[in-house]
Amino acid sequence: MLEKMKEKVVQTQLFKSVFRHGYPDNELNQAYVVFSNIFLHIHPVKVRRTALRMRYTFCLGGITLFLFIMLAVTGIWLMFYYTPYTGLAYKNIKDIQFVIFGGNLMRDLHRFAAHGMVLFVWLHMTRVFLTGAYKAPREFNWVVGVVLLVNTLILSWTGYLLPWDQLAYWAVTVGTKMASYTPFIGQNGPWGAQLGVNPTNDLMFMMIGGTVVGQNALIRFYVLHCVVLPLVVTVFLAVHFWRIRKDGFSGPL
Amino acid sequence: MENKAVREIFPRDAKKSYGLVELMKGASPIVRKEPEDTVYTWPNLIMIELICALLVTAALILLVQFEHAPLRSLADPSTTPNPMRAPWYFLGLQEILVYFDPWYAGVVLPGMIIVGLMIFPYVDTNPKGVGYYTYTERKFAVFNYSFGFALWWITIVIGTYLRGLDWQWYWPWSDKLAHMNPALVTLVPLHIVFVNLLHVSKDVAKGFCDVIFLGYFALGMLIPYMFMRKFYDSMGAGRYITFMIFFLSMMGVALKIVLRLLFNIKYIVVTPWINV
Repeated sequence: MLEKMKEKVVQTQLFKSVFRHGYPDNELNQAYVVFSNIFLHIHPVKVRRTALRMRYTFCLGGITLFLFIMLAVTGIWLMFYYTPYTGLAYKNIKDIQFVIFGGNLMRDLHRFAAHGMVLFVWLHMTRVFLTGAYKAPREFNWVVGVVLLVNTLILSWTGYLLPWDQLAYWAVTVGTKMASYTPFIGQNGPWGAQLGVNPTNDLMFMMIGGTVVGQNALIRFYVLHCVVLPLVVTVFLAVHFWRIRKDGFSGPL
Repeated sequence: MENKAVREIFPRDAKKSYGLVELMKGASPIVRKEPEDTVYTWPNLIMIELICALLVTAALILLVQFEHAPLRSLADPSTTPNPMRAPWYFLGLQEILVYFDPWYAGVVLPGMIIVGLMIFPYVDTNPKGVGYYTYTERKFAVFNYSFGFALWWITIVIGTYLRGLDWQWYWPWSDKLAHMNPALVTLVPLHIVFVNLLHVSKDVAKGFCDVIFLGYFALGMLIPYMFMRKFYDSMGAGRYITFMIFFLSMMGVALKIVLRLLFNIKYIVVTPWINV
């Protein structure tokens, strides 16, 4: 009975127009399902049986990607309730916490998935290092990976400011203060003052759009956190995955 | 980099007019390929990934039942919290600020960590150990990675659990509400130590310090070159110099932490522009 219903569904024009092949219960369709699907074609059609063993990758890179997707979903949800304005940001977070249905869950998930992503990027990097997977011909993909690590950290840190509470404000104040110590282009850095760099034209000023963390810093961090950095990460992720397929998998795949 | 020679399974022989054929289980013929031990990605790998994603989601949902995202009082530029902590993944850098001036701890060092990580594949010339876990075949590479990350994590742990008011050192059993007396610890630049010990003038002592600092890098560069020629030869001059700059800097950071914690040395080198 179920078998018959499946047969019926698979034969419809609608199903065929969407999937272009039958149900993946035979080898031909199992191949089709992977390479005719934009999301699945990241995989090869066949993998070695040994690659299914978890003890090589521990799924660390995959978990990192999944956390990034989860962050995008919860992040977009949070954007509906958040205004990057110093007079409202904190109140918005309070509303998310106490008024909006599911708000606490989404904010908590976003926060902990972010911690998780930092942690899993690092674990993934350690796995890649320990298995020598960065060696030729995969050197450049390791470099792309480091770029992704740095972007993950900056993403996490720019998100830190958005709740506009004491934790956010001072962590970012201290962090951006560091930029003012940059040699040559920071007001407090070595050879900064000598080169005519002052509080209104140094690197810190560029980062926070002023001399103290305020409205300009909030909008900058918001745009970076919600638009610029996720796009950068997505582009580099695409390169990262593309190159895994092109250079081949290092392990017993 | 040469590719691994493709192993020909059924070598063709000009004298023979026939080819080898093997019968095996499967739904389709495989031409010019060895019988392989592969399975279809769908459903085998896809299912593992799906289960993995579900487990992560479940773990996160479970976690947020017990732990919540923190929210302190409204941002207030006039009230500075004490101690002021960076997010945990930056606590290592914040802790390094105790040992180095901000231009180094906050800017140059993070930059060096990033660049150092990026150059790793280019200076690691050992071809062994690809595709499996091994320590014995690549001890030095694993040592370097572990040493760097031990520094990173140890400073994070110190910053999280052992720092209190005014970023002073607090043991878990210390009174976290009482300020430490900063006068208990007097930090001195290294040349002052020489002035007191050897009774030389300040300028001579500063000269000593400069020699020690430059000597550290010069000897560090020279010793492996002189006595571990194999190591040098395997890398070549460019790779060797690049690697050693990062390696000696990393060791230098650890050394400085020890000097500062055990002997209260604030600076090794003091110049009118920068102090290290």
